Amino acid sequence: MILPNHMKEGRPIIECEEVEFSYGATPVLENVSFVVPEGDYVGILGPNGSGKTTLLKIILGLIKPTSGQVRVMGTPVDVLPSSLRSQIGFVPQRISEGRLEFPATVEEIVVSGRIPLRKVLGRLNDTDRTKAHDAMKVANILSFKNRLITQLSGGQVQRVMIARALCTDAKILVLDEPTVGVDVGSQEQFYEFIKELNEEMGITILFVSHDIDVITHESKTVLCLNRTLVCHGPSREVLNSEALQKLYGKKLKFILHGH
Amino acid sequence: MEIFQFEFMQRAFVSGMVIAVIAPGIGMFLVVRRYSLMADTLAHVSLAGVAIGMLTNANPLVAAVISTVIAALGIERLRSTKTIFGESVLALFLSGSLAISAVLLSLARGLNANLLSVLFGSIVTVSHQDVILTVALGIVVILTIFIFYHQLFTVSFDEEVARVNGMNVAFYNSLIVVLAAITVSLAIRVVGVLLIGALMVIPSIAALQWQLSFRKSLLLAMLFSVISVFVGLISSYYFDLASGGTIVLVTIALFLFSLFLNRR
Repeated sequence: MILPNHMKEGRPIIECEEVEFSYGATPVLENVSFVVPEGDYVGILGPNGSGKTTLLKIILGLIKPTSGQVRVMGTPVDVLPSSLRSQIGFVPQRISEGRLEFPATVEEIVVSGRIPLRKVLGRLNDTDRTKAHDAMKVANILSFKNRLITQLSGGQVQRVMIARALCTDAKILVLDEPTVGVDVGSQEQFYEFIKELNEEMGITILFVSHDIDVITHESKTVLCLNRTLVCHGPSREVLNSEALQKLYGKKLKFILHGH
Repeated sequence: MEIFQFEFMQRAFVSGMVIAVIAPGIGMFLVVRRYSLMADTLAHVSLAGVAIGMLTNANPLVAAVISTVIAALGIERLRSTKTIFGESVLALFLSGSLAISAVLLSLARGLNANLLSVLFGSIVTVSHQDVILTVALGIVVILTIFIFYHQLFTVSFDEEVARVNGMNVAFYNSLIVVLAAITVSLAIRVVGVLLIGALMVIPSIAALQWQLSFRKSLLLAMLFSVISVFVGLISSYYFDLASGGTIVLVTIALFLFSLFLNRR
């Protein structure tokens, strides 16, 4: 399998090989193959119904592909042991939309990230609490650790979920439409934080968005999906009007803002 | 107090207190998962279990425990395979088991006098055998909640995220419904089939009004429930009222009190 040129140094952390998926007779994904090297920051772009969320769910092992194989950290995802699974941080779309009404404090949610690492009868210990404390510090949510998550904004809840992933030393962070419920002002801060996680902590980021602008500015690599893989490579190189036309099926004027 | 001189009251109090602790202990998990109606559905299944017990001369409580546990696992399976909508599964089991109970109870003529106490709870019906069963299974339920507290919390918080992180979500989901089934069956004598759902749900929603952490809410719900059963049983004794009804009225009073003090 061919790695994008700019990422040849990292070893593969997610590998999709000829992944196909269909609901009954309706194909959702066809022949999707790509490799995400460790430390990459990948934005998955595609119109509604292009199979973005389905692809995420297959990578996360929530659904099985009709054919093809997915390896995460070198292991087929369906046999990934809990110790590796807990290193995948996942923030579902409903969380970013603030559709999470669970009566628990920030600290309770964050430390619960450590539970999958515990044996069945294992209790949380001091290491777990220290890890949770450190993760909350990194995510800058320590000041409201005793507040209920129902009292937080969409952006704050996302930081809680990210801290929850960080406390298990996450290697991969998967975000589904992360800024849907987040106001524009906080969006910039949010992506700044994700960039730090990627650059300073070496966490591989995989996020789905329909926002072309965000993907081109934030991600290192873009993966355009419309049932099949339309293009895959460095965001600024791959995202030209031809690719977008293929992706959205009509002519789109594409302007890159210089930041 | 003189009421504790009577053996039937001692039995009612022991059973009542065990149920008071376990009902919201498991009820809270149902509430936060938007699954409150599960308690009521299982309660109706337990009525069918009681009817089977009466007809076959088996201990009605044992028959209720067995039938509700089987039904709970069946409901959970149908829900998780998404063959039918979660809510419709509950409707199916609720009315289905009520129909079975109606048929069975009409076959067992002459048992109608017992029916009222099964529906609304009666402190005089708690037998020595019932107390032993309630205490034994009650301890099992409490220990299970204590041992698996963090796992149940994590799975209830977000099933999908828990599954991504490698947790055995199906096992913990089944565990919650089985514990709910046992709790419902044990509460038949003191609280009654029609009202146990309320004892599982109302103390939990009352506690949630105080905006505390999940753990503190759970403990507060148990405290509310213990107060309700205590006050309910005493007033049931002095005023000769159905115990289940008085218990649930106290929980509603505590809920309104919590709502009023925490209004925003």
